[in-house]
Amino acid sequence: MQVSVSEENAEREPAAHQVSAFLERRREQIAQRWADAALFRTVFTVSRDEAVEAGRAVTAALAAVAATGRLDDLRAPGFEAVRDQLGRMAASRARTGMDLDGVAGEVAALREPVTELLRAEFPEPYAPEAQEAVLALTVLMGTLRLVVMETTVSAGEELIARQREQLHEVATPVIKLWESTVAVPLIGTLDSARSQVVMESLLDAIVAERARYAILDITGVPTVDSLVAQHLMKTVAAARLMGAECIVSGIRPAIAQTIVHLGIDLGTVLTRSSLADALAYALSEQGVEIAPLRAAGATADAGTR
Amino acid sequence: MTGFAGHGPAVGHGFTVPVLQLGDVLLVTLQGELHDGMAEQLQEDITARISNTRVSGVVIDISGVEIVDSFLGRVLAEIAAGAKLLAARTVLAGMRPAVAITLVELGLTLPGLRTALDVERAMELLGVTTRRGEGSP
Repeated sequence: MQVSVSEENAEREPAAHQVSAFLERRREQIAQRWADAALFRTVFTVSRDEAVEAGRAVTAALAAVAATGRLDDLRAPGFEAVRDQLGRMAASRARTGMDLDGVAGEVAALREPVTELLRAEFPEPYAPEAQEAVLALTVLMGTLRLVVMETTVSAGEELIARQREQLHEVATPVIKLWESTVAVPLIGTLDSARSQVVMESLLDAIVAERARYAILDITGVPTVDSLVAQHLMKTVAAARLMGAECIVSGIRPAIAQTIVHLGIDLGTVLTRSSLADALAYALSEQGVEIAPLRAAGATADAGTR
Repeated sequence: MTGFAGHGPAVGHGFTVPVLQLGDVLLVTLQGELHDGMAEQLQEDITARISNTRVSGVVIDISGVEIVDSFLGRVLAEIAAGAKLLAARTVLAGMRPAVAITLVELGLTLPGLRTALDVERAMELLGVTTRRGEGSP
């Protein structure tokens, strides 16, 4: 390979172009070598051809980036083409339980085979121009690693945001237990955002079900501090303003102790130890009584006969 | 529109809050915003009507009210307190969820007031059954 560049121009630019040309020329070999690297091998377990194909795509992207000379630019247009591919590969590694460091390490390991190939291109592997090209390639590979990391992290953030939204929806169902009786089983820590959602959905359910009794079950709330207690009391007060009586159930002994120690006055709030007790209270207030069917044994017998 | 619909003397002079008498109960329907002057007028009217007609209950329907501020909250509490002195029970009916949330956030839980989901429930609470739905089994 001949390098014919003038002294003052022999900085990063020509080296970048050189690397770009090299990547284009040796794309097949690089892809073959990468297919044996840990990252590609473990992601594409089914077929080696797929791994080679992915390797070609990544190499092409690197060549495109190098051609623009923006070796350390994460936003280089060349990367956009493979961002999806890289994201999928990283996500696949993450699913097998590998952490970010591990993925970064595997991406870093891709540099070695390419560097070897690049050095082999020069008649004098340690000549200054060879060093220049290797340096440019190294910068490029570093950028690739950053792109992979960034893609992984942003994918993780998206996932977290989506799950948080789902949690908000899932964690606050309002259940109709009986005619004019609704219940909200609260699960997990109550922060102000969640208690707002709980309050809104409870009040809407009171209107929709024409409820007289609303049960807030806090069996699934791990700890109650003064803030959570305040949220509870607000919800109770709002339900009362809507004309429904609110019952708080499922206060565990430890939580009862905490509430007393904190000096929180829940005196205005009706409490019952379990959801069943709260339901029994609501039913008896409405004049409903639940009793075992007297003929239960007889019907069971008749059924087996 | 004046509050003529009930029995007894006509109430308003350019007054826009209708006060209806349904048997033993006064039904007050608030709509939209309530201004300072109107609120005082309403308070006077209700107490006068209670003492004239000797009703035993007052239902204030606020289902048409979208914004309740601390002023209206205080007026409602005062009406209830005044009615209580005249031996009438007051029930606040039909509060919207958004209004309930606002009031609670403002710290106005209206502890002295009885509440009901709507006018029908409020009547029921006052012992005036509009229809016998839940009889004995």
